[in-house]
Amino acid sequence: MIKLWFKSGSPWIWLNAAAVSTCLIMVVGVLGLVAARGAGHFWASPIVSMSYQEDDGQVKTIIGEHVDTTVTPAAMAKSTGYKLADNEDVLIQYLIKTGNRDLTGADFRWIQERHVKTQTTPADMIVVERREWGNFYGQLTAVKEDGKVIASGEKVWNVLQERLKSALTLHEQITHLEKKEIGAINYGFEQLRLKQKSLELKNAWNAETVKEFATKKAAYDVDYKRYQAQLAELYQKIRRDSLVATTESGAELVIPLSKVVEVTQPNKMGTFAKIGHYFKKLGDFLSEDPREANTEGGIFPAIFGTIMMVIMMSIIVTPFGVIAAVYLREYAKQGFTTRLIRIAVNNLAGVPSIVYGVFGLGFFVYILGGNIDSLFFPESAPAPVFGTPGLLWASITLALLTLPVVIVSTEEGLARVPKAIREGSLALGATKIETLWRTVLPMASPAMMTGLILAVARAAGEVAPLMLVGVVKLAPTLPLDGNYPFLHLDRKFMHLGFHIYDVGFQSPNVEAARPLVYATSLLLVLVIIGLNLAAILIRNHLREKYRALEG
Amino acid sequence: MSELNNSITQSSLNTASTTAYEKWRLLKDAIMRRAVVAGGLSVIFAIVVIFFYLLYVVYPLFLSADAEPVAQYSIPEENEGKTLFLAIEEQNEIAARFTDTGKVIFFEAKTGKTLAQKTILIPEGAKIVSVAQSSPVSEGAVIYGLSNGQAVIIKQQYKVTFVNDKRVITPSLKYPLGETPLVIDDSGAALEKIAFKVGEGSTTIVAKTAATIRITSFEKEQSLFGDEASLTRTDSVLDMPASHITDILVDKEDRNLFLVSDDGQLSFIDISKKNAPEIKQHLNVVEAGQKITSLSFLTGDLSLMIGDSSGLVSQWSLVKDALNKPAFQRIRAFKVSDKPVIAINTEQRRKGFLTVDAAGEMGIYHSTAERELIKEKISDSAPLSTILSPRANALLLQSNDRKIHFWKVDNEHPEVSIKSMWQKVWYESYAKPAYIWQSSSASNDFEPKYSLTPLVFGTLKASFYAMLVAIPLSLMGAIYTAYFMSPQMRIYTKPAIEIMGALPTVILGFLAGLWLAPFIEEHLSGLFSMLVVVPIGVVLFALAFQNVPEKFRQKIPEGWEGAILIPVILIAGWIAFTISVPLETALFHGTLRDWFKSELGIGYDQRNALVVGFAMGFAVVPTIFSISEDAIFSVPKHLTVGSLALGATPWQTMIRVVLLTASPGIFSAIMIGFGRAIGETMIVLMATGNTPVMDLSVFQGMRTLAANIAVEMPESEVDSTHYRVLFLAALVLFMFTFVFNTLAEVVRQKLREKYSSL
Repeated sequence: MIKLWFKSGSPWIWLNAAAVSTCLIMVVGVLGLVAARGAGHFWASPIVSMSYQEDDGQVKTIIGEHVDTTVTPAAMAKSTGYKLADNEDVLIQYLIKTGNRDLTGADFRWIQERHVKTQTTPADMIVVERREWGNFYGQLTAVKEDGKVIASGEKVWNVLQERLKSALTLHEQITHLEKKEIGAINYGFEQLRLKQKSLELKNAWNAETVKEFATKKAAYDVDYKRYQAQLAELYQKIRRDSLVATTESGAELVIPLSKVVEVTQPNKMGTFAKIGHYFKKLGDFLSEDPREANTEGGIFPAIFGTIMMVIMMSIIVTPFGVIAAVYLREYAKQGFTTRLIRIAVNNLAGVPSIVYGVFGLGFFVYILGGNIDSLFFPESAPAPVFGTPGLLWASITLALLTLPVVIVSTEEGLARVPKAIREGSLALGATKIETLWRTVLPMASPAMMTGLILAVARAAGEVAPLMLVGVVKLAPTLPLDGNYPFLHLDRKFMHLGFHIYDVGFQSPNVEAARPLVYATSLLLVLVIIGLNLAAILIRNHLREKYRALEG
Repeated sequence: MSELNNSITQSSLNTASTTAYEKWRLLKDAIMRRAVVAGGLSVIFAIVVIFFYLLYVVYPLFLSADAEPVAQYSIPEENEGKTLFLAIEEQNEIAARFTDTGKVIFFEAKTGKTLAQKTILIPEGAKIVSVAQSSPVSEGAVIYGLSNGQAVIIKQQYKVTFVNDKRVITPSLKYPLGETPLVIDDSGAALEKIAFKVGEGSTTIVAKTAATIRITSFEKEQSLFGDEASLTRTDSVLDMPASHITDILVDKEDRNLFLVSDDGQLSFIDISKKNAPEIKQHLNVVEAGQKITSLSFLTGDLSLMIGDSSGLVSQWSLVKDALNKPAFQRIRAFKVSDKPVIAINTEQRRKGFLTVDAAGEMGIYHSTAERELIKEKISDSAPLSTILSPRANALLLQSNDRKIHFWKVDNEHPEVSIKSMWQKVWYESYAKPAYIWQSSSASNDFEPKYSLTPLVFGTLKASFYAMLVAIPLSLMGAIYTAYFMSPQMRIYTKPAIEIMGALPTVILGFLAGLWLAPFIEEHLSGLFSMLVVVPIGVVLFALAFQNVPEKFRQKIPEGWEGAILIPVILIAGWIAFTISVPLETALFHGTLRDWFKSELGIGYDQRNALVVGFAMGFAVVPTIFSISEDAIFSVPKHLTVGSLALGATPWQTMIRVVLLTASPGIFSAIMIGFGRAIGETMIVLMATGNTPVMDLSVFQGMRTLAANIAVEMPESEVDSTHYRVLFLAALVLFMFTFVFNTLAEVVRQKLREKYSSL
């Protein structure tokens, strides 16, 4: 009977079914992995205090967050050099984020579970998120003002929160002054320098312009001095307060509040407090600048850069894609040429993205950009303006890359518009372009939308070509700001996908950056899956609509 | 009535403007037509531009080099003595003639007009008997060996200044060791041959007198007071007969000394200890009966170019032999001419060299690429001396008919040849010929290794393992989804798998590199046992399911096997991982990784082809799945119904009818998937170690063409050979995918026609 069953091919069908199941498991697994690790990053995990027996037999206290656990079979552990007793089957290890990098030299350490003597979660443990050196874990002892203790014991926590709040306000003011106001002045100075050079090149640099420029510069100087004075004052204020805390070894550490982002006591937090804290951290992650070589802080510039690039790309790719599709479907005689174009479109879709990057770098950046520079920006030489990778070239390169997506999708939409509608319009005396513009294209617009959404999803996730044509790991300025002409197409920008690659693989402290990379990945995955689902929904909706029309 | 009249008059009044409007409409229609046609054709244009631009950048690699005469003039200041050698500075503006009377005549390279004359300080009564330049020639140091056993070292310098935005080059001479001649031979014997190297603190001079070969080194010692530096001399005499020695060379590291004798023997002596030179090797470097006629270091001083009287130039490099001891070995040879090779001039920045033979014929070659780039006859009479300019874009040659020839050389990319890119090349200091990609290094003397073979190999290896994972999964999945799955489940399954394809590859690469790679390293045996346990588990479950009473079975609708199997697979996978540990201990006495290493000698890289195979397979599955599912699904229903009606089982129908009909579609799906795997960048960049090794092992990494471009492109200098070779790599990728995609598309269009006719 079993033989017969095998002969019927049934097992094969089951195995084929297993392939589908495996694919589904893999999809769900990957998404689940990214979601779990990414979303978990913002949750305030408890701080444990362990007494741990070191290899040399000494018992020490370790304070930190529990990050990861591995279970290694005894055989493997022994082969990698761990000494286990005979009755131990497995080696359990914990990865503990101990922070305090400025004191110990490392953020993380692996410890063996069997050497942990006791483990507690004392309520008074604090986590200090610092602007430098990563997190601090320890116990708060006092708050100081100008080096004098102003609070200790019971009320120290409340005083600290109060002082920290004002320090954070001050910090915000300082950043605003430094980045916005002084940044604008620097930009103004640079523009003046370029203008002067341009006038010199045109031989129009004379006494009159010298005077004019001198007044402008003087005005900037006055502003600059004023801001400097304000800054000095703010800096003095922000440096006033500091907190004192003890580490796991009992040493005291003074942390100036100017270097502190947040102080929390996760072990005291209730569930609701933790939820509130979670969303606050999430908000910070989405809206703040990165710190510490991108391994901490937020990813706002990367989100902003990605969005800017995608918008620019959409503006370029939509008209070209739609026109090409309209030509293929409405104007061209179906035959050799259209066949050739379809093959070209398909090939364009199949060309590896890195090849687009190479093409973009060589053709757009060096040739087009280089010529634009020598024609329009001779004053900036030898520093390139458009002759170096930047937002514009990245957008054009990606527009070329996503062109096939828009063409194919639009063409499909056009093909679904019933012939009767075109004929009706033409019979009423409309010209071809009027028919297209007034009836066909509006009906096909959801299809164009689908194409555009897919193109955006593709562009948002593409990294390889961008590495060559304009993405950088850290852009000092955003491509859009308050300085004329507001949109700076020549600037380099940050990108979510590249951020993942850079932080995950190029950063000096991969372990510390890992949760951040997962969180960034989750964001990117959500955006891209959201866009794709939207495209699928629109497409399905469209199909329904035309089915109704045809019926 | 009046209203009607009104409207008629109005419309007749409007006629003129109406026609104008009509015309405008038609015009608009015509304009838009043109615009749309132009827009449509621009897609073809775009792909053509990409292709031709890549070609345009790559093309100069394959241009042949050429040289052409610029000027010819008689020797400047001929009565000041015979030319010992010529020199030319970087900008090709000023050249110099060093004479046997101790004069240096600087002249304009283009015209031969004398610019300046300098006289070298030589003691009364002494004569110049030998001269040598130190390596590298770009330092401009020259030594004169005198008839009284003394030597003088000078240095030529060309100072570039800008006067009114115009470049002015001023030549000058300097005495780096002071103007007093250095005493080499105390007995005052003439220094017949000489070689030297001026270092930071010490200077080594090797000189041959009639009887001995003497190695002298001078240590410069700054005295405590003032700038006066004193020289301390140490010397040693080489334990070797001197009489046959015809040429001496000291390398730029001041470590190796080479002597050539008139019977064609090369002696290699280690002089890193100046007071105790060590003779390492004597070897014959030319065929019996031939003589060594010229000798020169290739840039970097790692290999010697030896020209002989039969017109053969051979390259000898210090190679580690079987005993791991450095020994000189001939790594290649060039048949340059039938006449003796009079001079070899090496390029200062590349591994190229120039030869001239006794008949006045000049040739420019590149050693790594084994290319003869230029072959020209410069003069009818025998050449006397020649020099290639520092940028290797001009040359000077003095011939016996008392003329100096100035030639321009255009030789941009000599490093590249079919051989150097695709075949094994014997690089300097390598034990044997090999395929190596190593495009740049910090040092200037570096020999670039542009072998694309390891990169193409890596690309194919990565895509092979990816396809190994992707093809079974996606094809089996497609068969099931298109033919056996219930429609309700299909609605969700297909988009779910297709969405996989939309996942950014950077995320897959990140997970592969930081999560999957350590995971597989730790659970290697679990992975292998899963490959066995899961299919067996599925079949066993199916068998068990078959025997479940009908009543239960009917509760589960047909076509949902895929859903039922999810927990089965998860459980089977978990079992596989659990049993793997004791199994591993029992079978392999430790870990599988160690076993592979100790028993089979297969090393384990954490980021290896296995990881890439899984990650990239994951990325390719949706592509193949989607296209082949479409192909299978659209097989006309009457074919399958007919087959089933004739009594075939569904599986037989699937294999014999459906798959056969859909096979072109499946083929094109695989082609497109393969194209995608070949061009994928981020996954391989992040999930492999990116070392360009040629190793088939699944536990080793690789470097692919695409990843190589991503890594090196941002740092390569525009229009350099490296830049163009990277473009060539991009072109190769482009062509690969172009061929696969066109093939797939043509097959697909044929298939569509076939279906519509069925």
